Order: sequence, then C-alpha cells, then structure tokens
Amino acid sequence: MRETIRFLKGGEIVELDDVGPTDTVLDYLRLRRRETGTKEGCGEGDCGACTVALGRLVDGKPVYQPVNSCIQLLGMIDGAELVTVEDLTADDKLHPVQAAMVACHGSQCGFCTPGFIMTLFTLYHSEGQQKSRKTVNEWLAGNLCRCTGYRPIVEAALDACFDAADDAFSWRANETRERLQALADSRDVFIGDSERFFASPSTLDGLASLYAQHPDATLVAGATDVGLWITKQLRDLSRTIWLGRIEGLDRVENSPSGVLIGATATYQASEEAMTDLSADLGELWKRIGSKQVRASGTVGGNIANGSPIGDTPPALIALGTTLELQTIDGSRALPLEEFFIDYGKQDRKPGEFVTGLFVPRLSGNQTFRCYKITKRFDQDISSVMGAFRFTLENGVIREARIAYGGMAGIPKRAAGAEAALTGALVDDPSTWGEGMQALLTDFTPLSDMRASAEYRMETARALLAKALMEISGTAPEDIRVLAQREADNDRAA
Amino acid sequence: MTAPLEHLDLTGPLKQVRKSLPHDSAEKHVRGTAEYIDDMVEPVGTLHVVPGWAKDAVRGSVHAIDLEDVRSAPGVVEVLTAADIRGINDCSSAFGDDPVLAEKEILFNGQVVFAVVAETREAARKAALNAKIEITPSTPILTPDDAVDADTTVMPDYQFRRGSPETGMPASEAVLSGTMYIGGQEHFYLEGQVAMALPQEDGGMLVYSSTQHPTEIQHTVAKVLGVPDAAVTAEVRRMGGGFGGKESQANQWAALAALAAQKTGRACKLRLDRDDDMIMTGKRHDFKVEWKVGHDGSGKIRAVDIQFLARCGYSADLSLGVNDRTMFHADSSYFYPDALIRSRRLRTDTCSNTAFRGFGGPQGMLAAERMIDAIAIKTGRDPLEIRKLNFYDAEHNLTPYGMPVEEHEVMLDLVEKIEESSDYWNRREEVARFNSENAVLKKGLALTPVKFGISFTLKQLNQAGALVHLYTDGSVHLNHGGTEMGQGLNQKVAQVVAEEFGVTLDKVRITATNTSKVPNTAPTAASSGTDLNAMAARKAAREIKDRLIAYIGEQYQCGPEAIHFGDNKVLVGEQAFSLAEIAKQAFVARIQLSHAGYYATPGITWDRESVTGRPFFYFAFGGACAEVTIDTMTGEMSVDRVDILHDVGHSLNPAIDLGQIEGGFVQGMGWLTTEELVWDDKGRLRTHAPSTYKIPTASDVPEDFRVDLYEGEGNPQATVYRSKAVGEPPVMLANSVFCAINDAVASLNPGEVPSLDAPATPEAIMKAVQDMRRRKATQ
Repeated sequence: MRETIRFLKGGEIVELDDVGPTDTVLDYLRLRRRETGTKEGCGEGDCGACTVALGRLVDGKPVYQPVNSCIQLLGMIDGAELVTVEDLTADDKLHPVQAAMVACHGSQCGFCTPGFIMTLFTLYHSEGQQKSRKTVNEWLAGNLCRCTGYRPIVEAALDACFDAADDAFSWRANETRERLQALADSRDVFIGDSERFFASPSTLDGLASLYAQHPDATLVAGATDVGLWITKQLRDLSRTIWLGRIEGLDRVENSPSGVLIGATATYQASEEAMTDLSADLGELWKRIGSKQVRASGTVGGNIANGSPIGDTPPALIALGTTLELQTIDGSRALPLEEFFIDYGKQDRKPGEFVTGLFVPRLSGNQTFRCYKITKRFDQDISSVMGAFRFTLENGVIREARIAYGGMAGIPKRAAGAEAALTGALVDDPSTWGEGMQALLTDFTPLSDMRASAEYRMETARALLAKALMEISGTAPEDIRVLAQREADNDRAA
Repeated sequence: MTAPLEHLDLTGPLKQVRKSLPHDSAEKHVRGTAEYIDDMVEPVGTLHVVPGWAKDAVRGSVHAIDLEDVRSAPGVVEVLTAADIRGINDCSSAFGDDPVLAEKEILFNGQVVFAVVAETREAARKAALNAKIEITPSTPILTPDDAVDADTTVMPDYQFRRGSPETGMPASEAVLSGTMYIGGQEHFYLEGQVAMALPQEDGGMLVYSSTQHPTEIQHTVAKVLGVPDAAVTAEVRRMGGGFGGKESQANQWAALAALAAQKTGRACKLRLDRDDDMIMTGKRHDFKVEWKVGHDGSGKIRAVDIQFLARCGYSADLSLGVNDRTMFHADSSYFYPDALIRSRRLRTDTCSNTAFRGFGGPQGMLAAERMIDAIAIKTGRDPLEIRKLNFYDAEHNLTPYGMPVEEHEVMLDLVEKIEESSDYWNRREEVARFNSENAVLKKGLALTPVKFGISFTLKQLNQAGALVHLYTDGSVHLNHGGTEMGQGLNQKVAQVVAEEFGVTLDKVRITATNTSKVPNTAPTAASSGTDLNAMAARKAAREIKDRLIAYIGEQYQCGPEAIHFGDNKVLVGEQAFSLAEIAKQAFVARIQLSHAGYYATPGITWDRESVTGRPFFYFAFGGACAEVTIDTMTGEMSVDRVDILHDVGHSLNPAIDLGQIEGGFVQGMGWLTTEELVWDDKGRLRTHAPSTYKIPTASDVPEDFRVDLYEGEGNPQATVYRSKAVGEPPVMLANSVFCAINDAVASLNPGEVPSLDAPATPEAIMKAVQDMRRRKATQ
C-alpha cells in the first residue's frame, strides 16, 4: 500500500500525500503550485486551454499524450511525467513549437495558446506522423481558438512538428525512462480514510474487493465524463477509485474472431484495431471527442456510465459486441444493447464493473457502414448516429443489424427495419422501402439542442438509404461530403 | 494554404510601421507568462465571488428568497443582495435598466439575484446551489415573433427613408419578397468574464477587469458603490478575447467584485464559470428580416423595403447602436434608389443582446445579399452580375442615409480583382457541371462584397487619449485608452510611437490601460482602436519630439531640417546623439518630456434625430469568393475553397491585419454555419457550453484558403499612415459562405429562391433542401 502519488515534473520527482478524491490537475497547477500558464477556458474538456502533456513509458520509451487538466484527477497522474507550458523553455530559450508559433503569428489574445503549445508539443514528440494539414487538424481538434482562424497555428505545426524531436525532453529521454521506471510499482494506492479517499488498486482482485466494500464509490477510468460531474455538477464524490493502474485492464487484443477492448483501454489505444475492423469505424473513432479526450477517455467507461454522450455504442451494437462485467463473486457477459435499459439506467449491479468488450470481426459476407451527423465535424456529439451491418448472400440481405444513437434515450436497434430488410435485395432499391418505412415506427425521437425530432427521423432514414446505396453501388458517384472513407476494406465479397 | 504576404513590401523609408512584426506579447503567450486577471498574484485574504440565480425562473416576480443555507455553507463569508448596494443598482451603459442584482422581478433565465462571497471559489460555487428562490411566473416573451405579437420593445422604432418606395415598388417591373431568420452568436472569448477588486483608502477601489471599456467599469463601479468616479481606478493589461462581449457586459462582474470588496474590506475576485458566462451574458442579436425588393426586370434595383426585427433581450444595453448599424449596412454595397429601412428593437425575456464584432452590420448585409440572390435566381442571371449591376458608382453613390460612397472605384476594383484571382467564371462552369453529374452532393459558389462604415455612430465616442513619457535613459513609456484583446492594438500603437522617435520597439514600453493615466475614454470597439489611439499616441510623441527639436535648435543653433530621429539616434547636423543623451540634456534644460495626446475623428456629423449628416469617417472594403459542397441527404456541408481580398488601406502591420482578416472570416463562418443558439420553449438557453455550442475548429477552415491584402492608394482620409480599420469588416467576408450554400440549394430547383435561414446547420440546410423538393414536386 502506498499513501502518496508520485510523478515527474520539471525533472524533479514530486510526491504528494494530500490528494483529494476530486482534486484536478488544473487546480493543483494553478492554485497549489501557482503555475498559471495553464488556463481554464471551459472546465469541461471541450476547449483545450488547459491542455498539459502526460508522459508515460510505452515499450520502454516516454510517450507524451495531451490531456485536459481541468477534468483530469490529480491522482491519475501517478507514475507519469507531467509537462506544462512552463517546462518547455530550456535555458530560457523557446521550444521549437513555441518559436514556430511566434514566427507564424499563431497567437492573438494568447489565452488558448499554452494549450495549443502543449498539444503541439505532443505532436512534436509523436513519431511516424504523416506531415499534412489533415494530421495537424486531427491533433488540434480539441483546441479552440477564437481569434486566429487557425491557419497560422496549423502552419506553425507543419513547420515545427514533423522532424525528429530535438529538445530537452528528447535529450534526457533515457534519464526520464529510468525515473519513470523507478516510479512504476505494483502497490495499491490509497490516500485518505474510508469516508473520503482517492484509491488506485493495481489488480482486478484488489478492485473487486475495494469496490465490494464501497459500492457507492465512483469508478474512474479516463475521467472525461466523471470530471464534469465534479467541475459542472459540483457533485461531492467522496470516494474515487481510479482504474488506470490495474494490470492488464487496458489491453487491446486482436484475434481472428475479433477485438477485445479492455475496460481502461483508451479510445486512442483502440483506434488502430477499430480502423482495422472497418474504415468507417476508424473514421468514427477519430471523431470521438478530441485528441485529449481520446488519450484519456475509455470505451469501457463511456459504456459503464451509460453516458448519453456516446457515439460508439450504436456502431458497437451493430457489430454484435458483447460486454463483460465482473463482481467479487464472478463475471458475466451480455450483448451490449441489453446493457442499456433506459435513459440513465444500465444493467449494472452494485459492486459490478465493466472489464471489457468484445467486438467481432466482420465475416467475408458482411459489410458495415456507420455515419455520424453533427453540427461541427470534429469534437461534436452526434444529432443522429447510424450504424449498419448487413450479412449478404448472393445480393440478398440475410441479416441486418441496425443501431442508432440520438433516436431514443439509449442507443437502440431498429428492430422493425432489421426485420423488414431481411430478404431484401441489396442492389434493388425498390426492395428497401419497407425497411425505410419501418424506421418510422421503430423510433420516436425527441427534439433538443442538437436537432429536431423531424430532422432526426428524416436523417435516420437518409442514413439507411445511404448505407444501402454505398453497399450496392447504386450511387453513381461519391455521396459523402465529409468523413470520406480512406479505404474500402469491408465491402462484402 | 499559401504563405501570404511574402510579396508585399510596404515599408519604404519607414522603419517600424508597415512591418510584419509579431504581436508584442507573442513570446509571453507561448511561454504562458502573459498575465491575465486570474493569473495575478492575489493579495492575502482574497475572497471569491460567485453570482447566484434562480435556475428555473424565466420571467416573474420574486416572492421569496431564502439564502440561509447559502450563508451557513462552509467557507462563506458574505452573501450579497440588492439591499447591500449603497449606490445605484444598475450596471447599464446608458439606459438604467440592468440591475446588478435583481430585486423584485426576474427578467430572464440566468439573471443574478445574489452573490456568494467565500474563502474559495469552489466553496462559493457549492454554496450558491443552496439558494431557494420562489417566483410567481408570468408567460415569457422569447422570440422576435412573440415580441411583435406582444408589441414589446426596449426603445422606439427607427427608420431611414429615401424617395418613395410606396411608388417605386409598384413602378418596378418585378417585385420579390421574403422572410429570413438570422441567428445570434455567442462570443466564446476563451477567457471568460473576470474581475478583481482591491479596496483602497478613503473608500476607493482598484478594479482589474477583463473589459474593452475601462472607463465604463470605473463609472459603473463608482455608481454602484456610491463613490465619486475619482475614487475608482480600472485597469486591464490584456483580455483573453473580447469580440464585443466585454464592451458593456464586463460591468456587472466588476461591480459585484467591487461590491463584495466594499462590504468585506478584502480583495475580491469574480471569475464566471463558462456555463454561467454563456447563460448570463448577451450575444449577437438574432433577427427576423422581412424584405421586399423591386427591380427593373434585368435585375437593377428600383426600390427596397426592409424591416429588421431584432431580439434585444430584457434590456436596451447597446441595442440602439447595434440596430442602427444594421440599418447602415442594409445596403451592403448596393444603390437603392427608393428605400425604406425600418428597425424594431424588440424586448424579450432573454439575456440582453450586446455588441459582437460587426455590431449589427453583418445581419444587415446578409439581408441585402439575400435580396440580390433572389433577384439573380428569378432573372436567371449570375448573382455576381446582379451584384455588380447594383454597385454604387459615380452617379449613384449616395447611401440611403445620405453619405456618399467616395471610394466606389476601390470597391469595384477589389471585386474585379478577386473575380479574376478566384477564377470565378470558370469555376462557375465547373460547379454547374458537377451539379449536373451529381444527384446527392451539390456545389455552390458565391462572391460577395464587404463595405463597412468606420466610426462610432455615437459621435462622442470618436475620441481618444494617450500618455507618453520619455525617460532620461531614452526609454519610452506608452499608455493609451485602447484595450488589448488580441487584436494587436498595443503593437500597432507602439510601432507608430517608435517610428516617431526613430527608435526600435524594445525602447517602447507598453503598459496596461488604466483610467488614472488616460481618462474619459471610449470603448475599444467599432474597429476604431488603432485609428483613434495610434493617432493620439502619435500626437503625444510628436509633441515631445517637437519640444526636443526646439531645444536642440536653440542649443546647437540649427534648423529643424538638420535634426533627424532614426536608428535609435538623434542626428544633429553631423553630430549623432543617443536619444538618452538628448533626453538628459533636455531634462537639465527643464523641458517637459511627457505629453498627453488627444485625437478626435474629424468630419463626422451624424445627427440621429434628424437622420442627416455623415456617420462614418470612411468605409473599409473587402471581397470573398467561397465554394462549398452540401450533402442533400443529410445537410452536411464542407467549405472547399475561399479566396479573400481585403482593403486595410496601407497596413500598419500586415501580419496582424492578416490575422484579423482570417480570424474574422472564420468567426463569421462559424456564426453562419455551425454556431447555433438554442433556447427551449421555457426560455432557457440549452447551448451554454462548448459541448453543445460549436465554434469552428481547425478542420472547419477551408482546405484551400487564399487570403491577400488589397494593394491600393491607401486610405484617402488622413488616418494614421493611411491605414484602415480591420477589426470587424472581415467577419462579413463569411457572407460568401452562406450565399454559396444558398447557391448549392438553389441548384435543386432553378428559378426558386431557397428558404435557407442562418445558421446553415445540417438541419437548416435539409429544411431548405426539402422545401425546394416540395416546391418542385408541386410545380
């Protein structure tokens, strides 16, 4: 048992024994360390002004990820190197990304700038990135700038971020590795008392028993949702259990039958495997939150909390995903769609936690499409999300699995449309009509700030039509204005 | 993307101005050392203030306020209500209708009723949740339509009239009419509203406020505290963005911080939570526009009748000026022989809408472009032809409010240049070909002009002061009444002062805007910051320099022509001195080395009462050509290419001007595409965080984005180095994007005018697409 957290900052090991269950990294930096370079713009992980970099060892090398410090719990940086804008200058000289931002006139009001600098710092240290505006845009999707119109920032990124890293961090990478290795231990962390604590067990059994003792504790994986309970709902979470140090829970395992995503695997960590399953799934993954959100947020957490902000469940449901849960007494698995009972209500018992999900691979006669409709392309939550898996046999739809988000209080399958399309001819649009019609009775969507009920219904139908048009090849031309598929690797044979 | 401006060499013999120097704070921005108010070291014992409000109340009378559980919450030191105000309970700019703390009536969802003062911000936020406020609700008036029905306004209607549209309209060959809704816009400055107040001796107050208008902060705080203006000092070094949202609406937060400081005797800071900020503060006005235009059959406008119905919110705020500016820009760049331009300033039970970059102008211009597009669609001619056909020219150069457009040739030349550089006509053919070959995706193209009047239309605001000191080591202290919100004002003014003294920028010290250094200032707004403050600073510097020249002339027995300031030196005939040496000598000779410069814009004579005179010193021009693709199944849209040419006169700093143009365009594009404010039917704003309100990200910027500065003769008016204002005009370059989307929708049913409203979200685009299809089906 360890009653402290430890991390690296500015070349020094920091050890803290006063870490509250809801303390955030941003408050630690600004209020306790009085390092005010890191800014709060929104307090909910959507603007990126508070971006800091966290370095952790991946295959023995320090790898830096951008995270939103406003919704990152302080305890979650245990074992990492915390890098903030104050740490970048060496001998008072600007870091290459800082110098490029000045040279390109990349700041105006300057308030968002430290956040951009930190995201660019992580891009600077990220190897094997293709030098393109698209790459930069992807990295910057979680950093809002209201002044510049982004062009000079993108230019600075292109100038500075695509050569081999040559800065104080790369020079002392070996030393950093040694220090991070020295920090890595397999002790459970527990700070506080049974009334109020931050805990970070290191094994699944440790978690099961701690959670059984405190079934009202809040489990935290990436905190991209829980963070907002703290900063926006001002909920007093007196006991938080961070899952990030549990051995093996973050695994992403590819097998011939599918992909197993451990409960604490981040979106980022599972992106490659998802892209491999389907080009559309890869595109969808890239549009979940932002780089910062994907570096912290987990698919498991998103599902476990039944977050209404979930654009992956419809796709995962259409693909036939199963969810795996565990308690101190044992484990069980169920089809993902059965986990979502009603708005805000999931099939999760006291003391039970998600351990992972299994996404089956498409078989040779299956094809998959998914579409995310948003007001803004990047870092937005869908008004309608449609996902479609068709099993084809000689041009006949043998099975249709269709799931939507935004059409009900939970991600939900379109049972009527699935039935109506079974037996339809994929190349004959006249046989699609009943399926299209069935959507009208499958769902009764609501109007809210994202879209009206009418638009949702019209668009749900349009997406089904679009999927069928694309799969059948009945559309003579490209019919996507956004999210172009980079590769068509799942066209059914 | 191309690296812009490399071909421009504007400096000539000038050493400091017209150079693309970085923003003065650029290095501090990237290091995180540029200090914003929340970063300042707090005095010991600083308390934190959080405003409290009735979450469910929209409109109604308060019948019970129970704050006991707020007072007893941990860390709470004080809870303020209207009863604690010793002065006047008002933080409005002019009209006296903005209570700092609501008393008997709640006027909108989000109105502040009390304020918690606590040891920490977290404690204050949590305590504020414990309030129990009961109101007797009344049916709220939410939309412009509601307000028209209820006939509620915040101020009287107003109109411009020229000739007789009543006779001109029936005399037209063709008359078109329509209705358009134009949405508002949240400022989303990255730094939210914040103020810190420090009690001073004798009842004085020092207030740091993130404000575009320190003088108004000073006046408001004095008024609320019940102390003289001279007892209050307001200061701001920089804002993390303003965009108009901190022109009048920083007042309330400064007043609350000061009130808490007065009551507790301790330093007090108030920094709004982002959601509170978005719920409580006003936005760009949204409009319903009813338009009618008559033309001669070929597309030349004969008569125009437009009615602007603006949602102003619960109070007047700056709605007078905003809506007047809508009317001033209802002509865009077009001559209306007979015109009636009417404006209603509607009172609704929503947050009080306020200044936002463009200040009403963008909405006026967008309505004009809708009329032009309608004429083009109905006559079957290209919209660009109709635009040029109706441009102001030598014969027809009078606006509906009587001011001549003197630079109509610049306007036409600029548009013709971009018509060529964007390859408009070939691309028009390519777009038509694409649309004939694609059933689902449709492209649209539009080239729209910008003409924006520069000056505050409230004449008294067109003045500025600056304070310049030359110290005996040759360093220069620069202060002026303008505020820095990212636009590079301080850098431009410093360049002008450095040029005057012949020194490099490192010799000029930029200092925080402070009401005790330069008093009685105008807000930094109306794009006029540089025009006004750089002139005032130049006059101050020039006065000091003239004194030095007079001294040198006497001391060294030479004429002024033999004295030259440059390269950090003062040349006197063959002799070279450092500026420090000259300053020391002058000091010994008892020459005053400090001067307060003052500037008032000449030539503006607008009289609102009689609707006569000249409101603007000059116009700034621009043009943009946008190409978009829409998905007619889902309404998704991408902006594929944008070409911009913009007139900044002779630029004081091309890099900074380019930043304003690109940033303004992208902000305008957000307003017209992704940024949608949604209130529910109860009057609660549902889009009060960046999770639901979507400003553009990097990937929304057009893949192909070509921006250039117009190279002309410079400003014909005697502005500072013949430059032109650049803050607001570029916002309206984004009208091209909206018109291009409209063009794409129009391709679905040639001859029919789409009913596209702004913002053109996927849903708004689909609504217009489906309307076109319905009309086609019934044809």
